[in-house]
Amino acid sequence: MKWLDRFAGRCLIGLARILTGAYANWLGCKPEAQQRLYFANHSSHLDFLLLWAMLPPSIRYQTRPVAGADYWGASKLRRYLIHRVFRGVLVERARPSAGHNPLAPLQAALDAGDSLIFFPEGTRSLDGEMQAFKGGLYHLARDNPEVEFVPVRMENLNRVMPKGNLLPVPLVCILSFGTPVTLAAEETKPAFLARAREAVLAMMPKH
Amino acid sequence: MNLTNSLQNIPNQVPEAAREATLHLFIGIGAVLLFASLVGWLLRWRLGRENSVVANLVARINAWWVMVAVIGIALLGGHTGIVVLFGLVSFFALREFITLTHTRRGDHYALLACFFVFLPLQYVFVWHNWYGMFSILIPVYAFLLMPFLACLGHDTTNFLARATQTQWGLMICVYAISHVPALLALQIAGYEERNLLLVVFLILVVQSSDVLQYVWGKLFGKKKIAPNVSPSKTVAGFVGGIASATGLGAALFWITPFTPLQAAGMALAITLMGFAGGLVMSAIKRDRGVKDWGHMIEGHGGMLDRLDSVCFSAPVFFHLVRYFFTV
Repeated sequence: MKWLDRFAGRCLIGLARILTGAYANWLGCKPEAQQRLYFANHSSHLDFLLLWAMLPPSIRYQTRPVAGADYWGASKLRRYLIHRVFRGVLVERARPSAGHNPLAPLQAALDAGDSLIFFPEGTRSLDGEMQAFKGGLYHLARDNPEVEFVPVRMENLNRVMPKGNLLPVPLVCILSFGTPVTLAAEETKPAFLARAREAVLAMMPKH
Repeated sequence: MNLTNSLQNIPNQVPEAAREATLHLFIGIGAVLLFASLVGWLLRWRLGRENSVVANLVARINAWWVMVAVIGIALLGGHTGIVVLFGLVSFFALREFITLTHTRRGDHYALLACFFVFLPLQYVFVWHNWYGMFSILIPVYAFLLMPFLACLGHDTTNFLARATQTQWGLMICVYAISHVPALLALQIAGYEERNLLLVVFLILVVQSSDVLQYVWGKLFGKKKIAPNVSPSKTVAGFVGGIASATGLGAALFWITPFTPLQAAGMALAITLMGFAGGLVMSAIKRDRGVKDWGHMIEGHGGMLDRLDSVCFSAPVFFHLVRYFFTV
């Protein structure tokens, strides 16, 4: 029932748009059919849905959100949404064993030619302040030089749906898409992660 | 079929008494917009597509076509159509307003109440013509309950400032704007069933005053009235715009219960309040460091950029009519 999944997706996108009046600001790149990894600050469950909604339909279905397996695997509805509607890539946040590579499913999706939506902070913060980026972004950038790493800043989402609240307050959200960040030769892991984080922070929305 | 029957009934939602005047008005507005569009195309042809002032002018005119069409459709829905339209307008305006305020996590319940309790309730009371309730819901009940809800967030940082901003948003975006559909409930002797035209009168005068101030200002404006608050407001724009919009209001006396002189007086009050509203809302934008309230309406900015003057003139117009003209 592919059309039903697509229809459910459209309904959720419509709902998210009505509630947030979301607005995309393509500052450093255009919405193109180029293989990309969008990385953004993380503040609410609505985050990837809105980012997904801002992409034109032609590239939206080639772009898969990366989400926590613990949350999205917890109920039948969530499993349906993440697998069938969003075509998400699930990652284990708690490492089950020493040899386990949590990035393996992401690498598999990139190898298959899909784009990804990725939140390098890992979890949502309480106050809306951005936390330090985890190492995964660096490893992905090192292993996939042909993929564009696009920084995205999402404004106001922490106010729409603060952590711990289920009902969203309808506020206007602005999503700014910046210039792709590429890993320089010899660049160290902390330097790259700091630079990528700075690229998200630096984008103030254009009013 | 029920649906086809009710579709055929839609024109009947506009009372017989107001139908002909509404039609004439819309033909007139259509002619003015057509003229404006022709001027816009001509300017674009002469000055080129790259000229940003002309591009903005064309975008503004196009948005006017859409706004007139939306109001026209709402009018076809009669009383209910107008209430629903302004309920939605309030929703979008409040969304823009609260977005620019500095609320915190602790305000979550208060904000939910704003959008999902007080806004719908206000419009239900307006729809029911319950004057006693819609005139105090927000100034009394919301005013006292919202800070209490904010207390439940256990956060006292900037408490008074936060409570004030939320209440201000409700007053401007919901309470003030709801006075436009509230005009429909006024009982004016000899004007039965024609109240829709009062709404049209208010909107026409306010909006044409904005446009005329813009035109006069662009043509002759030199001295700025309040350069720190709003760089686009000039003395020539103010005098010319207010005078010509007052004249337009007087010329529209035939759709109102007023004599030409009374219509001019009402139009003057409306335009002066509208000017005050534009200035106040501009001051808030400057303080927040933004040029527009939002991006909803191409060329105009947000919903509040188009409605700032309506917010201030609607309640005053409502009470002037209620005091001097109702039975």
